[in-house]
Amino acid sequence: MVEMTAEKNAYAEAFEIIEAQAGPSWLLPIRKAAMARFADLGIPTTRHEEWKFTNVAPIRKLDFALAEVGGHGVTPDRIAPFVCDGATGGTFVFVNGHFDKGLSKTGQLPAGITVGSVAEAVSANAGLLEQHLARHATNEQDAFLALNTALMRDGLFVHVPKGLVVEQPIQAVFVTTSESDPTMAFSRNLIVADESSQVTVVEVHVGLGTIPFLASSVTEIVVGDNATVDHYRVTREGELPDNGFFVGTTHAQQGRDCNMRSFVATTGGAIVRNDATAWLGGEGSDFTINGLTMIEGRQLADNHLCIDHAVPHCTSWEYFKGVYDDDARGVFSGRINVHKDAQKTDAKQTNMSLLLSDRALVDSKPQLEIFADDVKCTHGATIGQLDDEALFYLRSRGMMREAARSLLVFGFCRESLQEIRFTPLKKQLEALVFERLPHGNVFLED
Amino acid sequence: MMGLFDNANVKTTPGKVEKQRIEIEKTKMLEIRNLHASVEGHEILRGVDLTVNAGEVHSIMGPNGSGKSTLAQVLAGRDTYEVTEGEIIYNGKNLLEMEPDERAREGVFLAFQYPVEIPGVNTNYFLRAALNAKRKHHGQDELDAMDFLSLVKEKAKTVQLNEKLLSRAINEGFSGGEKKRNEIFQMAVLEPTLAILDETDSGLDIDALRIVSEGVNQLRSPDRAFVLVTHYQRLLNYIVPDFVHVLVRGQIAKSGGKELALELEERGYAWVEGESAVAS
Repeated sequence: MVEMTAEKNAYAEAFEIIEAQAGPSWLLPIRKAAMARFADLGIPTTRHEEWKFTNVAPIRKLDFALAEVGGHGVTPDRIAPFVCDGATGGTFVFVNGHFDKGLSKTGQLPAGITVGSVAEAVSANAGLLEQHLARHATNEQDAFLALNTALMRDGLFVHVPKGLVVEQPIQAVFVTTSESDPTMAFSRNLIVADESSQVTVVEVHVGLGTIPFLASSVTEIVVGDNATVDHYRVTREGELPDNGFFVGTTHAQQGRDCNMRSFVATTGGAIVRNDATAWLGGEGSDFTINGLTMIEGRQLADNHLCIDHAVPHCTSWEYFKGVYDDDARGVFSGRINVHKDAQKTDAKQTNMSLLLSDRALVDSKPQLEIFADDVKCTHGATIGQLDDEALFYLRSRGMMREAARSLLVFGFCRESLQEIRFTPLKKQLEALVFERLPHGNVFLED
Repeated sequence: MMGLFDNANVKTTPGKVEKQRIEIEKTKMLEIRNLHASVEGHEILRGVDLTVNAGEVHSIMGPNGSGKSTLAQVLAGRDTYEVTEGEIIYNGKNLLEMEPDERAREGVFLAFQYPVEIPGVNTNYFLRAALNAKRKHHGQDELDAMDFLSLVKEKAKTVQLNEKLLSRAINEGFSGGEKKRNEIFQMAVLEPTLAILDETDSGLDIDALRIVSEGVNQLRSPDRAFVLVTHYQRLLNYIVPDFVHVLVRGQIAKSGGKELALELEERGYAWVEGESAVAS
């Protein structure tokens, strides 16, 4: 057994608690292996290539403890600002990694779909869970992913059977509370969309309370042949701007001729690290991921993408934008691996950052690894300030400086938010952007 | 939503002396005196003098690099240019002391030589904000969405601009002609007192040129003035100016009536350049 250093003791203690709980026999070996891997890797330092620009020393220094079930003091009122109205498929609320039925709202869903908590599904849908849970997101170098696998408690489970098109968006809200001591929560979601099915899932991550917390969340999405999954991951500033450490992975395991459309929105948190990975394992499939980050103060947001084009004729599209004010820091890393046989791959990656202050900083790193010879792969990154020419143009028509600036930032963000197909979420995020801008609410009317 | 687009400065009633001055200069809309401007230490305007009265159309012509666009941009308040000497009086006020947006609310309009593309912001959206900022500044009621829309319909028609373009991002994916017509459309909506057109005619085919000219001609009125910056005489077949000025090396080398444009067309800029070189 690998020797644990002092800094990891809190996690080892947590693992003992999880280990002692009853669970399916197939899961325990997976947890154990993951814990061993985490012990081996440790919380990453900036010497680690994938963590070069994101210093998680604050996470390493804190002694997080697993939050207990219940007694969390979360009321519908407290989470209301973060919940998106319009999720007619239901809103599932998880507090500190546990499903909270009282805070959740059922929706109207077609017959055949299974939606609920992973903890329940482990026995009710044992076969599917054993087949998919922790089987797809398997990056062995990712310490936080290993930690999540070792300590995962609950999360959203969605299964859409063959041919079923679910029109009602399903929402999962993950709340981490920290009232007196630093807490940590581990949620794990599984979405399985069978052949020719379609579903929309919205994840909202937020923290309540005033003490630092660590919120780890991993979502595995299995996109069957000819299926379409729309997935949204929103990380919101909670009651405090900078006490939340969010680490998460969204992994798409894609079959043939399928579409995965993802949007990652980050509007707060001390450190938000989103890994998005996709395995394009069937010909003719598409992975589209758009993102908007808007942070300020001393917040940091890191979007790490890794797409594997394993077979021919797949397409991937990544378009990430960010607005950084004050001392905010942004990191973007986009890796595209085109495997040897993945001919006719068409991959495009764009990262645009807008710096609103002289102190804001962005590191953008595209990485293309291409082993096929007949592919189209492009990437582009821009980092800049508001365009003086555009600002002058608006002002030359009579708009005051502040209003013109706000309008330009809003336009920059809105262009990205246009990609959100779930309109209530788009409107909610637009409103959030407005609120952040000086005098922003005026534009809200239109 | 209070106070977004309104003017930062509270307007005060002009004092007696100031009032008198406004009276005297009522027809004298714009007076440029000995204007020097440079960019990054390089002097481009070297003593421009120009007076424009209400109701007049002035055409500023000249070879490339003579300072025509600089003059237009300085009038609109672009801060890339540093005014090192001289003054500009606009309707009795010191124009150089005003911010670009303040000038716009006071009635100055610049049609850009290269209209800017702005992603995510559509023309209608920002134009309504701009128009309302101006209306508020002049103590008028703000237009609501419905009123604004009917105004837009009417004005878009005058420049034959497809309304659908106006709900797209500003100038994004517009053709060259559409961009220029969008400038004239905005001018028609904002109804400026002093309109400066910076090479609006450049690169237009004859149909677009006619549309743009017609848009300008419709706006001609006794209390509005135009400064047309152009490189080509052709525009002046459609918009007949009262005065033509030739700018050479940052100074007005020659002024005359509309016939000066024809003479220039015949003899070329070299003719004036030569004369101006002899004079200096």
